[in-house]
Amino acid sequence: MEIFGLSLALLALFVSFGFMVGVLFGFFGMGGSFLITPTLLLLDYPASVAIGSGLAFYFGTSVIAVLKHYDVGQVDYKLGAILFVVLSIGIELGSRLVFGLEALGVANLVTGVAYVVLLAGIGVLFLRRAYNLEDDDDDGDDDDGANDDEIPAIGQKIQSYTVPPMISLTSGGRASVWTIGGAGGSVGLISGLIGVGGGFIRMPAIYYLIGTPLTAAVGTSLFAGLFSGAFGTFTYGMSGSVDLTVVSLLLVGSALGARIGSAATTMVEEDDVIVYFGLMMLFASGGIALSELANWLGTGALDMLSVFLLVGSSFFVASMILYKVFQSAGSGEPDAQTAPDGGR
Amino acid sequence: MIEFAALSPPVQAMLLVGVILVQAVALYAGYGILERVATPLIDTITDAR
Repeated sequence: MEIFGLSLALLALFVSFGFMVGVLFGFFGMGGSFLITPTLLLLDYPASVAIGSGLAFYFGTSVIAVLKHYDVGQVDYKLGAILFVVLSIGIELGSRLVFGLEALGVANLVTGVAYVVLLAGIGVLFLRRAYNLEDDDDDGDDDDGANDDEIPAIGQKIQSYTVPPMISLTSGGRASVWTIGGAGGSVGLISGLIGVGGGFIRMPAIYYLIGTPLTAAVGTSLFAGLFSGAFGTFTYGMSGSVDLTVVSLLLVGSALGARIGSAATTMVEEDDVIVYFGLMMLFASGGIALSELANWLGTGALDMLSVFLLVGSSFFVASMILYKVFQSAGSGEPDAQTAPDGGR
Repeated sequence: MIEFAALSPPVQAMLLVGVILVQAVALYAGYGILERVATPLIDTITDAR
């Protein structure tokens, strides 16, 4: 039996996977589209469709995140508008590169390898953060001791190089259009090339490279990301490379999951599950590496293990969060904490 | 009835963006209403136990 051209099993997989991704997104503030695209690749969707659908899913989740946080945090609209332009140029170049690679028949390989490196990198960063948290158990300060309203030292250093034209930032300080163009263009290129929203690199890029306070970086990243997500969807939609059915099913699950994940931040300590998130990223990276190896060897024997590693690990971490929520609700003692990344 | 495939690619892409936008807003609002209805209900059940 098929509904919307998908088997019931696949339909249930997309809704439940969307739900689990939503829980992770709501809880950690990241983990959205960069799990979707590789999963679609493993399910044998063409690279352009996997990337286009990943970007469309990111756009949908961004709309929900903006609705949830429209009155929270600062937004530097001028910086956001410039970023939107350079991000869009980067996405356009990235998507052209994907179609070029597809014509050469290596798009899936390049995208797969990029994901192996990206997910492993994020996994290592999170495991390092978990290790540092264990070391600083008694220290209640932020990781780098920075105040949310301060501009980081590296951002101040970059701002000191005055290469015209310079623009004034609403949040204070001045930044070179070249810095904004370089940072935004690179993030856009990565987004367009591998189908990620890029929030996990865009926000740090605004904070560290352009040099804005953390609160403004989160809001501005969200603002620019919403429009770049729409542009990415439009770009891939022009060539029919967005599977609306898949995106819709994923959104149905993720919108609910994000609410629960966001609410869970007041009941579960991030420190308790961050190590699992890091491991999940490493397992996901291993899953894609296995899939690429299977393609290279010309065997489908490892495909099931790849999907299990990628989808199973995210199900496991999301289940851990839900389990801790039930555990906390049962004991009636919420471990109140602030939402990470502004609760995005 | 409008034939979707007959529309030009830019119009189709614009419609796609619009559909995802509307869907996201509807899901946000829908789950919000569900949460408002369900929370007191869950509290009542929990308090009754």
